[in-house]
Amino acid sequence: MWRYIGRKLFVYLLTFVIAVTINWMIPRFMPGDPVRSMLARASVGNPEALERMTTYYNEVFGLDTPLYQQYFSFWGGLLRGDLGVSVMLYPEPVTDVILRAVPFTLAVLLPAILLSWVVGNHFGAFAARSKILDNTILPLGYVLTATPYMWLALLLAWSLGVVAGVFPVANGYSFSLRPEFTWLFISDLISHWFLPFLSMFVVALGGWAIGMRNMIIYELEADYSNYLQALGAPRRLVRKYAFRNAMLPQITGLAVQLGTIIAGSLLTEIVFNYPGLGTLIIQSLNSRDFFLLQGIFLFVVVGVLIANFIIDIVYVLVDPRTRVQMTGGSS
Amino acid sequence: MTLRVNDLKVYYQTLRGDVHALDGVTFDLADGEIMGLAGESGCGKTTLGKSLIRLDSRMRHVGGTIDLDGKDVPIADDDAMVPLRYHEISLIPQYAMSALNPTRKIGRMINELLRSRGVRPADISQELTRRLELVGLDADVLNRFPIELSGGMKQRVVMVMATLLNPSLLIADEVTSALDVSTQRSVAESLVEFRDREYVKSMVFVTHDISLVYQMADTIMVMYAGRIAEKAPAKTIINAPRHPYTQMLISALPEVGSTMEQGRLEGIPGTPPGLLNPPTGCRFKDRCPMAFSKCSEQPPLLEIEPGHWAACWKTG
Amino acid sequence: MTNVAGAPGAQPAAEPAAPRKGSETLHYARRNPKLLIGLGIVLAFLLLGLIGPLFVDHGPNEYVGPQSQPPSGEFWLGTTSFGQDIWAQFVFGVRTTFLIGVFGGGVAFVIGTAVGFIAGYKGGIVDEILNMLTNVVLVLPAMVVLIVAIAYLDARGVFVQGLFIGLTSWPWAARAVRSQALSLATRDYVDLARLSGRRTGKIITTEIAPNMSSYLVMSFILLFGGAILIAAGLDFIGLGPSDGVSLGLMLESAVAWSALQFGMWWWFVPPGLGITVIVSSLYILNVGLDEIFNPKLREL
Repeated sequence: MWRYIGRKLFVYLLTFVIAVTINWMIPRFMPGDPVRSMLARASVGNPEALERMTTYYNEVFGLDTPLYQQYFSFWGGLLRGDLGVSVMLYPEPVTDVILRAVPFTLAVLLPAILLSWVVGNHFGAFAARSKILDNTILPLGYVLTATPYMWLALLLAWSLGVVAGVFPVANGYSFSLRPEFTWLFISDLISHWFLPFLSMFVVALGGWAIGMRNMIIYELEADYSNYLQALGAPRRLVRKYAFRNAMLPQITGLAVQLGTIIAGSLLTEIVFNYPGLGTLIIQSLNSRDFFLLQGIFLFVVVGVLIANFIIDIVYVLVDPRTRVQMTGGSS
Repeated sequence: MTLRVNDLKVYYQTLRGDVHALDGVTFDLADGEIMGLAGESGCGKTTLGKSLIRLDSRMRHVGGTIDLDGKDVPIADDDAMVPLRYHEISLIPQYAMSALNPTRKIGRMINELLRSRGVRPADISQELTRRLELVGLDADVLNRFPIELSGGMKQRVVMVMATLLNPSLLIADEVTSALDVSTQRSVAESLVEFRDREYVKSMVFVTHDISLVYQMADTIMVMYAGRIAEKAPAKTIINAPRHPYTQMLISALPEVGSTMEQGRLEGIPGTPPGLLNPPTGCRFKDRCPMAFSKCSEQPPLLEIEPGHWAACWKTG
Repeated sequence: MTNVAGAPGAQPAAEPAAPRKGSETLHYARRNPKLLIGLGIVLAFLLLGLIGPLFVDHGPNEYVGPQSQPPSGEFWLGTTSFGQDIWAQFVFGVRTTFLIGVFGGGVAFVIGTAVGFIAGYKGGIVDEILNMLTNVVLVLPAMVVLIVAIAYLDARGVFVQGLFIGLTSWPWAARAVRSQALSLATRDYVDLARLSGRRTGKIITTEIAPNMSSYLVMSFILLFGGAILIAAGLDFIGLGPSDGVSLGLMLESAVAWSALQFGMWWWFVPPGLGITVIVSSLYILNVGLDEIFNPKLREL
């Protein structure tokens, strides 16, 4: 058990180190002077402010010290939780800007992932019931997984937002309202949240349905399914077992798909100008705010690693086979 | 008479046409009889075992009837077979090692199966414990997952589970092939004991290990290329076989414990005919040293002495 | 993209070719609607991307017509709010889409199969290290890495984009190939080749790869589709090829110039539809292939 977890933790730690190193390397080894190009694009009007910023960023990059020292001071800052100061919103620290956006991203991402996983699994299992269902649900699932997240977001925004006028198509809440704990504000928040959520949910659905369909067919052909049927067990029981067993690899699938789904949520946010990390990425790209961009990168990587680790633990707890092997069950 | 199979024909559907896996099989199985069903791989013995309980999706019932205890067994109708399964006809499958749901505790799985077959688990739990003890298992196995048991333990759990409702007919399909020799022996002995205690009325024991079946079975039926070659009491088959195929099979056995597979390689020249377009007449004629002109007609299965049946023009 | 066709567990190791296998495969191929429909659509779009641009006599980004026109006889898919011909952009975009799919998918395929084969065949410490590397790249969210990496590039082209996509999206293919190679590496004929002293590379290319060719084809198709989707996402964020045309860039400019608010559906529906149809046809084609090569799936 601990060996397994230790091994996983090692991979995640290694990934983190590599991600940080990539993050450190990219601005230093790409052609051009990152500070100048960054500040040139940031269009800072006041020359005095520009000079202050230039001094600050030169210092942060520490371009005049040896590379290994730059590397270690980068880590040092990181471990103090210091990701630098945003250019776009100077002098606000990058960490603060990101933390403001994270709740919006999570609010769309988590429900969309979990609900699409649950519903998609049921659809997939349903598809495996007959040839006709299989031939209708399966292609639909493939069309959904092939749909670019931003395109479905555009279609929904256009049809339900612009044409039907049911939902707002931009921002996290109406500008006329101030964030407060009132019914008016919360309902406004929800109506802005709904379309981004829906489009994420629908696109992600297809992948889970397909995965489940493939897994459950495999389980329905497994020996234990055959034996139960030979003993006259009803299809209901056989399906129940197959579904449960097919769910287990789908938990691992959750970890594998995470990167793709997160990318999808970033794209979806951009369409709706939803104030999460995706929109922040676009803004930081437009104003060449590399500190912010890299901060977001690290946040996402850490989030993915934590989620992966949680999924690993859940899998061990849910699958009796790994659980028994790890606790060294008596036999 | 427990089981009466009459001219049973079951074909496999393949891309290239029907494979005549069972092509007119007729035999009886008496109350309390343990019948060993032997033959080379592909002779139809596993198909026969499956046909008695559940056809798989590529198998098609073409003709013939099966009676169990005087009632028709509607093998072509999957739904109509359901009431018979488990209650009347049960199975210990070839794949007993993987026949249990890997993610359910064994006791819970058995209970769920029983409930789905209209049996209250509570009514039977004492009997379940008693039978587990009979085969040398602690009742504690019910609280374990299959992965926690050894192969032999899983085999015995499946044995107990399959016979829990005292079926009239038990099909044991190659149950010993995956086990080591000493476990083979104890499994075989347990099965005989199950019969003696009337947990099962009669049994078809599919195997290619003739020497094992000789020790436990009352009768042995030898199949060849989708048909029955010979059926007789176990002693007769071993000591005085009449069908040339059986004779060659027995003489090819070098010693106790060898299997038919080796027997074929060393003993009988040639290979069995393909069953996609089976030859007319006796199917053994191409490999038979005694073949003569008459063999181009199909020999009928005749009772050449009481309880001894053979399908060969030379024995009739 | 592991949750699409040919998901784990669905197929056992590829079998050594039997004499009748070829004709049997063809028999099933001709009768498999998924394969035929998927292949038909993919080929139709490929043709469109190849010859479509030849019939457009102006550049895809030139301002050639009236502004913000809905589809008409003259401009089949209408015009942008600058008067660009959307049909012209579309056919050039389809061409780019195939280009990025082949190139990005190709790079990922080469890396993935090489890593997978070597890890599966060599085993031991080599396997351990490659496996670790695969896991690390698998866990890293590819898109976000790409955003950061590409953001620093000033001049971007289709090939640079494809290269970067390939470098980040190979891991699952490596995993799949590794497990297949593992099971094949223990087969008798591979043992024989090894005993007779042949080189690793030779054994992999002559003994192992041919026996899992169907699997490799399917992996490539999945990588191909995945690369198209990732590229579309990058283009949409504004990290596409500078001064190029692609379906993703069309979506980007549609959003940037408020096509949504002005109700100019003809600007953002065709590019997204194009991507969806191409990629889903690829996936469905793949399911068809899976059913043909994997007898277990032929009947449900």
